[in-house]
Amino acid sequence: MRSALLKTCLALVILMGVSATMAAAQTPTPAVPDRLAKLEKDVAQARSSGDNAWMLTSSALVLMMTGPGLALFYGGLVRKKNVLGTMMQSFGLMAIVTVLWALIGYSLCFASGTDFIGGLGHAFMRGVGAAPDADYSATIPQQSYMVFQLMFAIITPALITGAFAERMKFSAMVLFMVLWSFIVYDPMAHMVWGKGGLLNASLGGHFPTLDFAGGTVVHITSGVSALVCALYLGKRLGYPQEPMPPHSVVLSFIGACLLWVGWFGFNAGSALSSGSLATSAFVATHFAAAAAVIGWALAEWVRNGKPSALGAISGAVAGLVAITPASGFVGPMSALVIGFVAGVGCYLMVAKVKAVFGYDDSLDAFGVHGAGGTIGALLTGVFAVSAVNPVFKDSAGNPTAVGLIEGNAHQLLNQLVGVATAWILAAVGTLIILKVVDVVIGLRVAPEHEIQGLDLSQHGEEGYNLEY
Amino acid sequence: MTKIEAIVQPSKFEAVKEELREIGVDGMTVTDVRGHGRQKGHTEVYRGREYTVDLVPKVKIEMVVPDNLVEKVVNAIVGSAKTGKIGDGKIFISRIDEAVRIRNEERGESAL
Repeated sequence: MRSALLKTCLALVILMGVSATMAAAQTPTPAVPDRLAKLEKDVAQARSSGDNAWMLTSSALVLMMTGPGLALFYGGLVRKKNVLGTMMQSFGLMAIVTVLWALIGYSLCFASGTDFIGGLGHAFMRGVGAAPDADYSATIPQQSYMVFQLMFAIITPALITGAFAERMKFSAMVLFMVLWSFIVYDPMAHMVWGKGGLLNASLGGHFPTLDFAGGTVVHITSGVSALVCALYLGKRLGYPQEPMPPHSVVLSFIGACLLWVGWFGFNAGSALSSGSLATSAFVATHFAAAAAVIGWALAEWVRNGKPSALGAISGAVAGLVAITPASGFVGPMSALVIGFVAGVGCYLMVAKVKAVFGYDDSLDAFGVHGAGGTIGALLTGVFAVSAVNPVFKDSAGNPTAVGLIEGNAHQLLNQLVGVATAWILAAVGTLIILKVVDVVIGLRVAPEHEIQGLDLSQHGEEGYNLEY
Repeated sequence: MTKIEAIVQPSKFEAVKEELREIGVDGMTVTDVRGHGRQKGHTEVYRGREYTVDLVPKVKIEMVVPDNLVEKVVNAIVGSAKTGKIGDGKIFISRIDEAVRIRNEERGESAL
């Protein structure tokens, strides 16, 4: 009796166990294609998270280049009565260009349009959201791409302010920069980077110009415009008879170090992803800066008998400028060469050429950015290799020669077209804008205000109130 | 009463001040000044532009002392500020007619 009950219980337990197993087996397993689709989605999301994290970091780094980087670099180079006026020019542009960009600037650069300028498809941020624009960057939200590009649109006009330092009205600077953004920057950015742009190397341009992070778009446009500004506005009162040494090389030093770090976002961020191309651009950027420090300091050592701190930091900036267009196309050894050439070349521009012609490019915006940008854009055509960035492909999809050292001499010609376009657009555009602003509100501060300094005359404050 | 104005190297100022305290000078007025005598300035080069800095920083010490202290003060300053090189500075000595202590209107040497 008892054993019969036990057997029955045992049988029940086994039965329950079996039925439970059967029930589990009956839960439908997802079909393999569905699981693959989910896996692909997860992989894409993970890739997007990785890329987006780097792009947001890079965007912040590039903003840091303008404020405080450039503001300190330029602020230290002027006399102390102009320190705030100079810093306000950079800081003001952080605000002004952002608003222009949100309204139509981004659209004029990157929406589909003509060979020369983008359309209004993205005006007022229309269609700029979480979805990527695969033409530019398939793995990050277009909004990330937009805000990254914005930081470039900010620093480019800010670089020009070095040429007219210590003598331009703040109001004139604001109007000039608004017009300059629309007339020079937006068309140039569209031509080189926008879809369908005349010089675009990967999206169907007629003269594919290699410009990884802005040698033509950023540095040649700003540098050449700076030269035109310096020539049009004329020299500062008392230049060159009166001494006008930097009031604080220390501020400039801090600014230059921030620029160097920020430039990793500028160049490595221009990979628009966080993979090996970003790493390659990061390394090239750093190597070029280091070689340029040595180039400039050595040239100075030979000529003056002493390597100066200002020379060393100026060399770093010159090298960073020159490697900008090349950073995503050249190997590390080429980066050393480009940096060294730029260091020596830019030193000769600011120390010799400027003195020969006698123009007052006060903080050497042309000597460093115009000259360094041109050197870099041309050398990109020499040193670009397909192993770093297979940007050109034959009909079968195999990478073809990129730069001169791979045997593609034609690329040097394309680089020349890009450089010439940037020079002409910047020179003509800037001259027209200067005329307009001169007629409408006048460019220069009154002589008594120039003597008083921009801090007091333009902003009603002083940078240093050390007696309080 | 005699006024002594000494212009010395900034790096020697602390030594001079200590020496003056030792010999009993109670008060002084000190100013950071720039100037030049026979000492030539130096040149600085910023991005290839040379600037000649011909006014060099000095410290000016002014004090008014009783006449009997003048030689001691001069010796103290020379002894502590001299390096023997161009640029050590100068001492100017002049007569003072009257001195007034503002707090209690004392006059003459007792006001010093």
